[in-house]
Amino acid sequence: MTTATAEAAAGQVGRARYGSISRGRRRALFWSYFFLILFVIFFLTPPVYMFITSLKSSAEISAATNPWWVYHPTLSNYIDLLTQNQFLIFFRNSAIVSVCVVSITMVVSIFAAFALARMRFWGSATLATGVFLTYLIPESLLFIPLFKTFAYIHDKTGIELINHWWVLIILYPTLTVPFATWLMIGYFSSIPKELDEAALIDGAGYMQMLTRIFIPVAIPGIIAAMIFTFTVSWANFLYPLAFTTSADQLVLPVGIVTTLIRGDVYAWGQIMTGALLGAAPPLIIYAFLMDYYISGLTAGATKG
Amino acid sequence: MADVVARDLRVPARSGQLTLHKFARRKSTIAFLMALPLITIVLCLVVYPAFYSIHLATLNKSMQHFVGFGNFEFLFRRNTFWMVVEQSLLFAITAVIFKAVVGFIVAHFVHNLPAQGQRKWRGMLLIPWVIPPAMSTLAWLWLFDPSYSAFNWVFAHLGIPQVAWLGNPYWARFCVILVNVWVGSPFFMIMYLAALKSVPEQLHEAAAIDGANWLQKIWYINLPMMRNIIQITALFSLIVTFANFDIVKILTNGGPVDQTHVFATWAFTLAIWGNDIPLGASVSLFMAPILAIAAFFILRNVRRRGNEA
Repeated sequence: MTTATAEAAAGQVGRARYGSISRGRRRALFWSYFFLILFVIFFLTPPVYMFITSLKSSAEISAATNPWWVYHPTLSNYIDLLTQNQFLIFFRNSAIVSVCVVSITMVVSIFAAFALARMRFWGSATLATGVFLTYLIPESLLFIPLFKTFAYIHDKTGIELINHWWVLIILYPTLTVPFATWLMIGYFSSIPKELDEAALIDGAGYMQMLTRIFIPVAIPGIIAAMIFTFTVSWANFLYPLAFTTSADQLVLPVGIVTTLIRGDVYAWGQIMTGALLGAAPPLIIYAFLMDYYISGLTAGATKG
Repeated sequence: MADVVARDLRVPARSGQLTLHKFARRKSTIAFLMALPLITIVLCLVVYPAFYSIHLATLNKSMQHFVGFGNFEFLFRRNTFWMVVEQSLLFAITAVIFKAVVGFIVAHFVHNLPAQGQRKWRGMLLIPWVIPPAMSTLAWLWLFDPSYSAFNWVFAHLGIPQVAWLGNPYWARFCVILVNVWVGSPFFMIMYLAALKSVPEQLHEAAAIDGANWLQKIWYINLPMMRNIIQITALFSLIVTFANFDIVKILTNGGPVDQTHVFATWAFTLAIWGNDIPLGASVSLFMAPILAIAAFFILRNVRRRGNEA
């Protein structure tokens, strides 16, 4: 009897308390949504505007109508660009460079990260710190000496490195390898030591340990590192701008900026279409592999 | 059973004095070979160029004579150089502060939502970070266009005076920072959201019982708990922002009258377009001290974090 009353009282008190909390929560939730919508508008305005402009003809772009609305949607910009040989060459160059850079980076960084995370050797701790520090050196500090070095190589050996798209395959690993290695060291270190001890007892060599245990277990990390390497090599702007100039040697970002802007004439419809198509591969990968993307983002910057 | 195991273990141990040693040595050799491609890449393409640029900075324009600090003396006498220093610092510090503030606020709003809805919002809010910056800056350039600016169209309808976005030096500086904040704040948001998730819910409940309001909860619980990540993220971003190239290059190309040049874009203009590689190298070297300071603090924080875990 007494317990029942107590329970009822408790229930009532509980309900009353929950009631006020949930009212507060509902208000907090309302304001959260309200401000988030504002932020989403701010964050999505440029890509949406890109899309709107890409559907307009140049006559509609220069007309004094509402810029935020398409009155006569047309796909002519897309058709123009995708049938243009030049644009397809940019796309091809970008794709080949990115795929090669991803492959090279992953091979180099998986081996190196395995060695640094598990097989200590003389100077390995220093090297791990060194890798982290080189990851912090920006490309804007490196492109001038590299440019000069390549010119010097040309003078001495006759191998022309400047103004060839494939030189980017040599250059991009300066950005991607330290980062991917750092990321992989983090993932490999989180694999329990017992697993490799078990493998050693079963008579596995180091290569087997790497291919049979570390790589399968660290697949999420490998995917995250691959996405990052791809994004970096797809998006880089400084190296191709400094090292390539001929129209058939450009990659996408530089190609769009330098060939679609001729002097003061801006073909905005085509520029926005090109920019949207150039942003599409990273966006599509992101749409499907968002969780890997985010785990790589948070791990890369904070893994100790 | 235990006996058998023990005997099995003893057998290799007796003959293994030497093999164990050899094994250890072989292990470190293999490890070194595995790391060799990394060491080669880092030495040839990062460490060597970094030191080479110090050497380059001491040469004259035709790169035939050693001029010591001549390039630096020349820079110190030029007004443009001091303008670039000022603008680089202003750009990097303001942009990082705004990115951190926007990221912090948005992270709290997202964290407030019910768990199942967060993914969708997070996905939308991270898009600016995913688009290659060169591409999204083109969209901003079009939004800021002098004759067709879509913002000015909206302003005209609201009765707000037109703005010469990239034509006026002050507005141009504002635009460059705005675009940088737009690109960078999603990264802060993701980092801070991850940090918020690791703040134990009990602390908030305890604070609620003690009568703390939401501001006090953020100030006395979230901020101290997230301190390390806030610092690391800000320092990382400081390095990237300070060395930023794409946004300034595309949006203003340093103009109007060199008012928005940062170290990276000015070094590029001098070295690649002006064909004065030593002068460009000297300019880009000015990024090094700030990078070194930031790197030192990041490393200290990451180490401390490693020890805590």
